[in-house]
Amino acid sequence: MTEHALTLTPPGPLREFWSHFRQNAGAVAGLLVITVLLVVALGAPWLAPHPPAEQYRDALLLPPAWLDGGNWRFPLGTDDIGRDLLSRLLFGARVSLLIGCIVVTLSLAAGILLGLLAGFFRGLIDTLIMRLMDILLALPSLLLAIAIVAVLGPSLNNAMIAIAVVVLPHYVRLTRAAVLSEIAKDYVMASQVAGAGLLRQMFVNVLPNCLAPLIVQATLGFSAAILDAAALGFLGLGAQPPTPEWGTMLADARQFIQRAWWVVTFPGLAILITVLAFNLMGDGLRDALDPKLKR
Amino acid sequence: MLLFLLRRLGLLVPTFLGVTAIAFALIHLIPGDPLELLAGERGIDPERHARMLHELGFDQPLWRQYLDYIGAVVQGNLGTSLITRQPVLDEFMTLFPATLELSLAAMLFAVLLGLPAGILAAVKRGTVLDHTVIGISLTGYSMPIFWWALLLILLFSVQLGWTPVSGRIAVEFYIEPVTGLLLIDTLLAGDYEAFRSAVRHLILPAIVLGTIPLAVIARMTRSALLEVIREDYIRVARAKGLSPLRVIGVHALRNALIPVVTVIGLQVGTLLAGAILTETLFAWPGIGKWLIDSINRRDYPAVQGGILLVASVVMLVNLLVDLLYGLINPRIRHAH
Repeated sequence: MTEHALTLTPPGPLREFWSHFRQNAGAVAGLLVITVLLVVALGAPWLAPHPPAEQYRDALLLPPAWLDGGNWRFPLGTDDIGRDLLSRLLFGARVSLLIGCIVVTLSLAAGILLGLLAGFFRGLIDTLIMRLMDILLALPSLLLAIAIVAVLGPSLNNAMIAIAVVVLPHYVRLTRAAVLSEIAKDYVMASQVAGAGLLRQMFVNVLPNCLAPLIVQATLGFSAAILDAAALGFLGLGAQPPTPEWGTMLADARQFIQRAWWVVTFPGLAILITVLAFNLMGDGLRDALDPKLKR
Repeated sequence: MLLFLLRRLGLLVPTFLGVTAIAFALIHLIPGDPLELLAGERGIDPERHARMLHELGFDQPLWRQYLDYIGAVVQGNLGTSLITRQPVLDEFMTLFPATLELSLAAMLFAVLLGLPAGILAAVKRGTVLDHTVIGISLTGYSMPIFWWALLLILLFSVQLGWTPVSGRIAVEFYIEPVTGLLLIDTLLAGDYEAFRSAVRHLILPAIVLGTIPLAVIARMTRSALLEVIREDYIRVARAKGLSPLRVIGVHALRNALIPVVTVIGLQVGTLLAGAILTETLFAWPGIGKWLIDSINRRDYPAVQGGILLVASVVMLVNLLVDLLYGLINPRIRHAH
C-alpha cells in the first residue's frame, strides 16, 4: 500500500501572517528597530558607559566625541550638568518602552471590557458607554491629558494614566464594532444553543475573533503613548527631572539650543525613530492581519 | 437636510453637557480646599472662610453646584481668572484670534503642500517620487513637533537668522486690532513693514503646527485617489479619450476629496492640541500658551473655562465638517 498522496497542509496562521508581514519592508525595518530598542532597554545598565544621573563636573556641555573638544569618554557629549548623553538616551529607551507598555495595557484592558459590555448588552449600558466615549473624543487628546494631569498633579505615573484615558475611546469603539459584527454570526448562535454562558461567549468565543484590529491599534497606541508622554514631559507635566525621559530631557535642553545643539538633537531623534518604528510596524500588521485591506 | 441638521445638533447636546461635567469635575477633583488658592499665602480666618464658602456656593450639594455652573455657562459666565481678575471668556476672546491665525496658516500650509503631494504620489504610484512622499509623510506623522520646532529654530533663527524666535510681531509695531488676525489688520492699516514682520513671525510656527496635518492629508489624498482610480467610471473616462489631466483632476479628484475633507476637519482637534505645544515654544500669545500658563499658575477657573471653550470650538468645527460632508455626499444625508 503506497500512499503518495500529496499532503498539502495549509500553512499555520503564524506562518501565513509572517509571509504577509515579510513583504512589507518598512514593517520589517520597524520590527528590527523595536527589537534593538528592546535589547537596549533591557540591557541599559550594562550597555551604558555611565550611570544616567552621574554628574561629571569637569565635563559640562561637552560636544560629541567626533567634534573638536569632544572626548570618547562621552560618545554623544554631555548635558549642562555633566551627565553622559548616550547613557541617558539608553536609559530613556527603558522609560519610553515602559510608558508604551503600561499605557497600552491599561487602555487595552479597559477598552476591551467596556467594548464587550457595550456590544453584548446594548441598550442603556451601550448608550452610556458610547456617549461617554464621544465626550472624551470631543476634547483634543493632549488637552484632555493636560487637564487630567492638572488634577492629579504632574508625574510620570499620572501622565500615563491620563494618556491611557485619552486613547481609551479608540479601543472601546473598535471592540464594540468587532463584537457587533461577530455576534450576528452562526457560531455564536450555535454555542448559545449549546448552552455557553455569557462569560464564555464574551471571552472565549467572541473576543479572540475581534483581536486583529485591536492588535493593530495597540501597536499604533504604543507610538501615540510615547509621543504624548514625551510632549507632557516636555511641558513639565510628565516625568520629572532627573528621570531620563526623552521629552523631559528636551525640555531641560531647550535653553542651551544656541550653545549645544547635541543636547537638543539626540533626544528628539530618539523619539522620532521609536515612534516611526512603531508606526511602520503597525501599518505592516494592519496589512498582514486585516484581510479586507490586503493588496 | 434639515432633519440631518437637527439630528446632528441633538447629538451635540449630551456631548456638550458631558464636557461641562468634565470641566466642572476638574475643579472639584483637585484635592484640597478650593479657597486655599484664592486666599494666597496670607490665609483666611475661619469666619471669613465660612462666609466665602457660602458666597461662592461651595457649601451647596454637588448636584446643585453643577446646575448653577451649567446655568452660568449658558449665560456666558465662565468665571474669573484668579490672576488677572478678568472674566475667562474675555481673556479667551482676546487670545483666540492669535490661535485662529496660526491654525489657519498651518492648515493652509498643510493643504497647499499635502494635496498636490498626495495626488502626485498616487499618479506616479510605485516610483521614487511615490516612495519619497510616503516616507516623508510617515516621518511627519511620527514627528515630535516640539523637537521639530527646536530644530527649525536652530536652523532658521539661530544659524541663518532669517526668522524671529518668538512672538507675533516685532515690538516696534502697534496695530489696532480690527479682525484680530495680524496679517489682515496690518494690511488694513496699510503698514507693509508690519505685515512683513507678522509674516516672518508666523512662518515657523505655522510650518511646525502644519506638519502632522500635512502628513495626514498627503497620505489620505494618495490612498483615496488610488481607490477611486480603480473604479469603472474612471476607465470609461479614459476610454472616452479624455486627457489624463482631466480624468484625474476632474473625474477622480472630485470623489477622492470626500474622505480628504473629513480628514482635514478631523485635524482641527490635532491643530488645537498642537497649538498648545507650538505656542509654548514660540511664545505665541494664543489660547494654547494661555492654558499652559494658567495650569502652571494654578489658575483653575481659567483652565476650566479654557478647556470648555476649546472643546466647544472642536465640537462646532466637527459639526460644520459633518454638514459639509452631507452637502458633498448626498449618500450620507439620506443614509438614516
